[in-house]
Amino acid sequence: MNIKELYQEIILEHGKNPRNLRKTDNFNKDAKGNNPLCGDNVHVYLKLNEKKKIEDISFEGSGCAISMASASIMTDLLKGKEELEVKEIVNDFLGMIKENPELESKKLKKDEKTKLMCLSGVKQYPMRVKCATLSWHTLISAIDNTQEEINTERLD
Amino acid sequence: MSIDNIKKEFPIFNSKVHNNDLVYLDSANSSQKPQSVIDRVNDFYSKEFSNVGRSVHYLAVAATNLYETTRSSVQKYINAKDKNEIVFTKGATEAINLIANTFGQKYLKEGDEILITELEHHSNYVPWHFLRKSKGIKIEFAEVNSDGEVTIENIEKKITSKTKLIGITHLSNVTGAILPIKEITELAHSKGIAVLVDGCQGAPHLKLDMQDLDCDFYAISCHKMYGPTGLGILYAKKKWLEELPPYQGGGGMIKEVKKDSISYGDLPNKYEAGTMATAQVIAFDKSIKFLEKIGIENIINHEQELIEYGQEILRKNNSVKLVGSPKNKGAVLSFTIEGVHPHDIATILDEDGVAIRAGHHCCQILHDKLGITASARASLGVYNTKDDLDQLNSSINNCKKIFNL
Repeated sequence: MNIKELYQEIILEHGKNPRNLRKTDNFNKDAKGNNPLCGDNVHVYLKLNEKKKIEDISFEGSGCAISMASASIMTDLLKGKEELEVKEIVNDFLGMIKENPELESKKLKKDEKTKLMCLSGVKQYPMRVKCATLSWHTLISAIDNTQEEINTERLD
Repeated sequence: MSIDNIKKEFPIFNSKVHNNDLVYLDSANSSQKPQSVIDRVNDFYSKEFSNVGRSVHYLAVAATNLYETTRSSVQKYINAKDKNEIVFTKGATEAINLIANTFGQKYLKEGDEILITELEHHSNYVPWHFLRKSKGIKIEFAEVNSDGEVTIENIEKKITSKTKLIGITHLSNVTGAILPIKEITELAHSKGIAVLVDGCQGAPHLKLDMQDLDCDFYAISCHKMYGPTGLGILYAKKKWLEELPPYQGGGGMIKEVKKDSISYGDLPNKYEAGTMATAQVIAFDKSIKFLEKIGIENIINHEQELIEYGQEILRKNNSVKLVGSPKNKGAVLSFTIEGVHPHDIATILDEDGVAIRAGHHCCQILHDKLGITASARASLGVYNTKDDLDQLNSSINNCKKIFNL
């Protein structure tokens, strides 16, 4: 695989100018995650309305282009979605980034799938999968209110 | 043995990485192994294997002699006064833990201070932190300056009447700063303070003379010295090894065991409980021979030339920033590229067969101080050449291109 398939323009662009890199006002859920091997860290903030729909989602943190782009694309794509939908999409994404060839969730539109598939190149770089998944695991932790800091070394 | 074609001694360089020649710049993490060391492990297991120090049969006696031969070689190589000042451990980490544990047990009480530096690897901090938790000791940090070095003045500033031990790196694994151990030891001893040197990076690159340095403890990582993994060395002055309590209990470290009393073995057995990394110790003799054959003066000259060349080309490369610029620098070139995270640098360089490390290199305190979360690190070994550094530079340029810099 060519390194440029990993570092596609869209990843570089999101890595350089991450969307939603801020702290949501009046957030009602949040969680922290870190990758102790790299020192990368992320803090995800959510504002869910009474219908459990994501009114706003944002993140703070620092990391490599892959982790920043992944968090940026994630927040961009999940805004406006409902909690149950979000969980399905997260599982679908995590399955794809580890082994599944495609995204399967019907909750994702075609253009959304295309956007997420830009991160599929990470699959070929096992050491970097954690960079791409950190913010997604952290999001689930925020939704479930586990109060547990996500640590990539304790994940599969 | 000429240093110019030393790569030939290392079979790893016959391997291709992503169809490219391997440019190995991660020796501060672990060095590659010469054929002689690899063969020695194989030969020992194939033809001579036995446990050491216990049985009286032929193989056991021969293996014990080989094992003790390495101890003598190490003693000579580091110029220790006594063979029994050399204790084998599972690594430098265990060597430091051994001292923290036993020194802490015997000599430290609440309020006592251990002085380390902001340059220290986690393995020369965390073991002392255990004592902070269990005994209420304090840990003080001598400050690193803007060049990435710790001066003797900055150490002196943090010494108080409660300082009991100074734990300090010989050569920083991030900035490459070489610390003036002899002067630090003189200062410490004048105030009755013991000195432990983390020699992980010092040992492969600097001339070692324990009697001249006069430090109390020196920890060595053998796999960074062209030797096998799973092996480290604790050098400790004999008086300490006699005075300190044993670290681990088990077979081999005892003299007499009764239901109501146990007496411990003589040095160095007192600190070598259980079956040791026998094959590794025996093969490590070949690492010492390898270093002696090239000669430490030649190694120092070769690596100094490379470090100067490396600094020169990286300084000329726009957007590359070296981490630290100590006056006395060895074997390590850490850097950042504005706009590219170190992990992305490492992944992209790897595609060209250039192996570097990215992260905080087990030095989070230092990275926090420098205001960066991570850095990229190219570190040198005897086998590196200017060509390797040119390849590093050209792969960095490729990385910049991918990131549109």
